[in-house]
This record gives sequence, structure tokens and C-alpha cells, in this order.
Amino acid sequence: MSKQSYDAFVDITDVVCPITFVKTKVALEELENGQTLQIRLNDGEPIQNVPRSLKNEKHKVIEVVQNGDGTYLLGVIKGGLE
Amino acid sequence: MDESIYKELKKGGFMRQIQNNKFSLRIRVVGGQLQGNQIKKVSEIADLYGKGYIHMTSRQGIEIPFIDFADVEAVKGELAEVGLQPGACGPRVRTVTACQGSAICGSGLIETSGLARELDAKYFGRDLPHKFKIGITGCKNNCLKAEENDLGIKGGLRPEWHSGDCTYCGVCAAACPVKAISVSRGPNSLAFDESRCIYCGKCVKSCPTDAWSGKSGYITSFGGTFGNDMVFGKPLLPLITEKEQLFRVVDAAIAFFQEHGKPGERFRRTIDRIGEDQLKKKLEEAIR
Repeated sequence: MSKQSYDAFVDITDVVCPITFVKTKVALEELENGQTLQIRLNDGEPIQNVPRSLKNEKHKVIEVVQNGDGTYLLGVIKGGLE
Repeated sequence: MDESIYKELKKGGFMRQIQNNKFSLRIRVVGGQLQGNQIKKVSEIADLYGKGYIHMTSRQGIEIPFIDFADVEAVKGELAEVGLQPGACGPRVRTVTACQGSAICGSGLIETSGLARELDAKYFGRDLPHKFKIGITGCKNNCLKAEENDLGIKGGLRPEWHSGDCTYCGVCAAACPVKAISVSRGPNSLAFDESRCIYCGKCVKSCPTDAWSGKSGYITSFGGTFGNDMVFGKPLLPLITEKEQLFRVVDAAIAFFQEHGKPGERFRRTIDRIGEDQLKKKLEEAIR
């Protein structure tokens, strides 16, 4: 369980690469810089690639929670690396 | 036609077709890249001397089928106008293939296109006991299928952790495909088991605070073949971090094949016959 509270949430476990990141980007568009997003994503390719794409676009990952069901919760600050 | 003439043509990239006196002309496309004017010229040649189409080969090359024997010299001249040459067929080093690498691709860990040009400039067309393929791929995703080649080169990265920059968010542990990293919070700790590391670089690429860094290098594989025999090239060396070392390794592998290979024998069979340990010894000497 995450102790942090987030401004928004998006579940990308229902899509595959590259739509995973497209959906993440759309969710981030709704936010202002400095606001936070929680992303639910699958183990495997999404957890290996989505954090890298977030970093490339200057969003900062602040926590990763393993749910124990093959999914993760990723906490992100929009523009946190700018 | 005299067999010796055919052999010369084959050496120069002209593949004999089943149709009498017709050749499929293989073009030397290094690292899968062509300039716009070169593509235009290929198109013109296909229209003028061929049948108006080209064939894309499995190793990033282009062939123009239905070139008449009488037009071989004229076509070579046309290619030269835009800096193109025929490719190689037969028992020699073939055109070096490559993915787009770190210059273009977010996954890439090494520069590939320039490396392909350097290797090609040095080794292309060199006569050997059998064909010899070199392929370069930028990362573990292996889009260019390094292990299918007699000599494969793959980008890798040996990661280093800097505790002072770490926020213990755990993204590296989650991104690591072989679970070489474990992170816990309260109290904060991180453990890295380098013996499990496959040098994929995902920890470095995902880390939000650059607490992971590292030097990229080359993972090499030897004796891949994917025709009548199918064997993956085997890694015989640790990650090579210097380009000069890589070139010495390529020199050593080619010299080994030149010295021990029997005519018509692929590198894999030479390695198996002489002994993998013998090749390994030569390669290790080359990186010392």
C-alpha cells in the first residue's frame, strides 16, 4: 500500500506498448507541473520501459509499490526532473 | 559462361539467376543506411537495366534482379556516381549490418551506424574460408539478432550505484529483468548482485535521480550461423568497454578463422573442430 496521496490515477494494465505510455501521457496532460500521478502497470515490458520514458520526458518517479498480483503502482511528479 | 567469370562476378556482388545471363545485383548497404540520392539511383537502375523492382535482402541489403551480363560494367559505373558499390557474395566478410543504436533509439546503449561503417571499411570483402557475417545491435532487445552472425556485437552497460543520489524509490529493482537489484525502505537499503547482471542498462535508463550510471560497452558473440546449421553465437568474453579492444577482438577472431578454417567451412565448425577454448585464449589475449 502506498502512504502517499496522489492528484490523479491511471490504470494502464489494459493496454500494451506503446499505448501504455500514450495513456500515461494523456493522464499527465491533465495535470500541472508539480502535481502527482499514480500509475498502475503490469510487470514485464511496461515496468521495464514506462519509467525510462517518464524520465526522458522529465517526470520524476518517487515511489514504486509492488502489489503482489503482477502489477505495480508507480508514483510520479509531473515535470519533477525539469 | 565460364565458371571463373561467374566466380569473379559473384565476388563482386552479382548473383547468377536461374535465367540465362541474368544477375541479381547485390548492393553494399552498410548498417542498413542509404542516402536519398542513392535510393533514387537504385530506382533508376532498376527501371533502366532491371525489371523496375528491387528485392530487400534479409541482411539489410538491396538486390536489383535481372541485370544482363552485358550491362554489368555500365551498372557498376552508375552506382559509383552516387558512391555505391556492389555487395559481397561468396567466401568473404559480408556487409556489416546494424540497428540504429543510441543515436536514434531510446533503448540503444552504443553507437552502431558509425561502428558499422568503421568495421565495414576495415574488413568488408576480405577473403576467408567461408562467408563471415558481422552484425551490430544496440542493446539486449537485439533487434539486429547479433547471435545469428559469425561475429555479433551487442551494446551493454555495466551499472554502478551511487548511494548519495538514491531516493530508494525502487524503480530500478522493478525495471531489472533478472532481479539483480533489491531495494527496501525504512531503513533504506539497496543490494546489487552483479553476478546476475546482464548489462541491459534498464536500471540506469529508469533511475529518476541518476543514482545509477555506468560505462557502456560491447558484448560479443562468436560462431553464430542460421542456415543449414542453426547455432547461436556464444559469448566468450566479458563486456568490452573500449573500441580499440573491440577491433583487436575482431582481428583475433578473423585471424583464427583464416588460420584454422578449411575451405567451405563456417566459423562455427572451425571453432568446434579446433576447440572453443583455443579461440577463447586468442580472444582473451586480444583484450589484455
